[in-house]
Amino acid sequence: MRTERNIRRKPEIWSPITFLVLGFYALFLVYPLLNLLVQAVIDKNTGRFTLEYFIRFFGKPYYSNTLINSFQVTLCVTVLTVALGTPLAYFFARYRIRGKTVLRILIILSSMSAPFIGAYSWILLLGRSGVITTFFLNVMGFRFPSIYGFAGILIVLSLQLYPLIFLYVGGALKNVDNSLLEASENLGCSGLKRFLVIVVPLIVPTLFAGGLMVFMRSLADFGTPMLIGEGYRTFPVTIFNEFISEMGNDDGFAAAISIIAILITTVIFVAQRRLSTRRSFTMNSMNRIRPVEARGITGFLIHLYAYALVGLSILPQAYIIYTSFKKVNGTVFVPGYSLGSYADAFGKVGRAISNTVIIPGLSLAVIVVLAALIAYITVRRRSLFTGIADSVSMVPYIIPGSVVGITLLIAFNKPPILLSGTMLIMIIGLVLRRLPYTIRSSAAVLQQIPLSVEEAALSLGSTKWNAFRKITVPMMAAGIVSGAILSWVTMISELSTAILLYVGKTKTLTVEIYTQIIRGNYGIAAALSTILTVLTVISLLVFNRVGGENEISM
Amino acid sequence: MSVNISIRNAVKRYGNATIIPDLTLEVGDKEFFTLLGPSGCGKTTLLRMIAGFNTIEAGDFFFNGKRINDMDVSRRNIGMVFQNYAIFPHYTVKQNVEFGLKNRRLPRAETEALTEEFLELMQIRELRDRMPERLSGGQQQRVALARAIVIKPDVLLMDEPLSNLDAKLRLEMRQAIRRLQKEVGITTIYVTHDQEEAMAISDRIAVMKDGVIQQVGTPQEIYHRPANLFVATFIGRTNLIDAEYRASTKTVRMHSFEFPMDRLSLEADAPVVLSVRPEDLQMGRDAAGGIRSTVSDSIFLGMNTHYMVTAAGGQVIEIIHESAMDALFKPGDAVDLRIRTEKINVFSKDGTRNLTHAN
Repeated sequence: MRTERNIRRKPEIWSPITFLVLGFYALFLVYPLLNLLVQAVIDKNTGRFTLEYFIRFFGKPYYSNTLINSFQVTLCVTVLTVALGTPLAYFFARYRIRGKTVLRILIILSSMSAPFIGAYSWILLLGRSGVITTFFLNVMGFRFPSIYGFAGILIVLSLQLYPLIFLYVGGALKNVDNSLLEASENLGCSGLKRFLVIVVPLIVPTLFAGGLMVFMRSLADFGTPMLIGEGYRTFPVTIFNEFISEMGNDDGFAAAISIIAILITTVIFVAQRRLSTRRSFTMNSMNRIRPVEARGITGFLIHLYAYALVGLSILPQAYIIYTSFKKVNGTVFVPGYSLGSYADAFGKVGRAISNTVIIPGLSLAVIVVLAALIAYITVRRRSLFTGIADSVSMVPYIIPGSVVGITLLIAFNKPPILLSGTMLIMIIGLVLRRLPYTIRSSAAVLQQIPLSVEEAALSLGSTKWNAFRKITVPMMAAGIVSGAILSWVTMISELSTAILLYVGKTKTLTVEIYTQIIRGNYGIAAALSTILTVLTVISLLVFNRVGGENEISM
Repeated sequence: MSVNISIRNAVKRYGNATIIPDLTLEVGDKEFFTLLGPSGCGKTTLLRMIAGFNTIEAGDFFFNGKRINDMDVSRRNIGMVFQNYAIFPHYTVKQNVEFGLKNRRLPRAETEALTEEFLELMQIRELRDRMPERLSGGQQQRVALARAIVIKPDVLLMDEPLSNLDAKLRLEMRQAIRRLQKEVGITTIYVTHDQEEAMAISDRIAVMKDGVIQQVGTPQEIYHRPANLFVATFIGRTNLIDAEYRASTKTVRMHSFEFPMDRLSLEADAPVVLSVRPEDLQMGRDAAGGIRSTVSDSIFLGMNTHYMVTAAGGQVIEIIHESAMDALFKPGDAVDLRIRTEKINVFSKDGTRNLTHAN
């Protein structure tokens, strides 16, 4: 006789955790997004359905052009970063380059600063009264083409973001077996042709993934076009301006623009997924590509390329650090050096520095805990609900930072949940935006850990929670911590969400730097930027200590 | 305390796929019981159902008559040894072994004493403070065993524990496991796909295929009296020869050769399949009345020599012969084969039934 009965799983600790996670996302992501959608399609005065905001956006070139502008510049940035970063990564893998270690550190460092600081430094260098511009004009009578607008955004963002491609491709090249290159050479295909015919097709999925990353960051970047774009208005700038100017009376239009932004990034995201899965290869590298000596003219050109590119990308930060030690009179740099800017900086910034430690610090704690839990339930406790948690947690990945800020503000600027102006709302913003990355990296670590280790703990009498706490977490720890440090670095240089959410007492360093630049206090801005750079360098050093073998990836 | 295990009408499904349709099994107290079968036969699935890592879709599992279906893994009091050992990499050898005792909140002195005792028993005492990454495969295996049995489990479950070891170490550990199991006296369920390992280590074996138990028996029973053709071919090597049974004369005829067979439960003439183990055939040049054959190949394997012989009907038959100083037979030699008919098994044509009954 056979008895069939329903399988009734005993309630376990992971079910409440799953629902807590879902609750968190329902409250801080789904509700604000739905709220945003409602704002965008409901007329506030009549309470009826309307597409008026969308019509206004697409009807007026003043608005709709920002869409075209954003696309133009973002596409160009993406193509340019791939074109710059891919050869550099290949040279690094393929050739012995003198000073490689230092170059690598500089590349990573240049990518870790906030883009708008780069923009501001390029203005100091190449702007209307920039040092280089003035030098050429006075000495040679030659006027440099304007850096403002499209060209400026393109230069700043490309130099800022090509390191992402460099790191992605460098990682992918580690999986390309050296014998593939040798076989190719043996069959009469070498040099540039080999690079284009063999290497590039193998890393296409990586190029797509890296390209997507660059695309999203570039599209969402607020500070750079704000400072250097001038008449060339992009999406995030428009969102910011409309939202700030219409704050308090009509959020509908900003909401509509936000919805459009989300739709666009979603389409891009899905398209990238489709494209790259179709072209991926399974590779298993037995022997990695070994660097060879680059000789003669080739060697010279390779070195020239590497030094010039890295030099250009680190130049803005170097120049900022230099100007931070210059003497300042009022808001004007005068000859001579002093620590005056630092004195002013520390005198004026108030809580910005401590906020920059506290807000990202608290966010990081929340991120680490949530990421470990979410990674665990999505990898080890697959079910409908954990699947939903997995998908929902990825959503902020494709939402531009300023849109995250706006959705939170619109949702929580009135009772029953009044969060605007608090530190909490800034933490929620950072947590939402950074969680997708940390969850991914934690999940990847978890997948490397055989399930049987946990089962062993259970069979030895551990409760499920204890098995997680005593066995799984320590085994995941190194991976989580190194991911967390990178999150930390991105969070301390974050601007586009913070600029919307901050109030006086929750000002962060980046917001303060931005404000000082806008006010023209270049000395203070430079000093604060330098402090931020120092913080970044220290964090990266810690990463190297903790991460050990782990390579930096984003 | 050791227990007997009783499994009644167990069913395992993954979605629409039924892995185990309906399985019933009894394992005795202190018995060393092996689940043997090719990969994908459901043996590990069954083991994990007993352990509590897999859900049970239907049926009942009992330890000493106590139903354990809904009991939490941590409360079933089982010791488990995993294929990849599952040693906790961030704990030392000693911390690994005492992990289960700590979960049981034993007094500290008792924990210490038991840990020491089992480190000693598994001969890994000198490794007690090492981290797992600095242990060899065999040493990790010993840690995994010590960790599983130190908690005095009711049942010891082992999932292909030797498959990651090299051949020599595997033999050594096989003996160690067997000795340990008898010393500690603990009901053990062992999963393997290696039939030789199963025979060497087990009190009884269940041969599984497609989630169904084909036969349960001692190693001798399974080897000598396989229940069906699958078991006959899966355990050891055998020659399958098509033949005809004649009920009137109680003889079996294969091609032009006929021999008496009075141990069949058959009343009428029927086509049958003979299973003849290579060692149950004898070769001679002068054996009158044997099967006329020609040697086609020979493989020298040290103690034994394997011969491939083509019989008169064209069938290729494998024979194992003890090696002599000179090659006894060379390819091309004409030989006569004789069958030790008392040891052969006769199956129904479809292979599902063994028609032979013991005298």
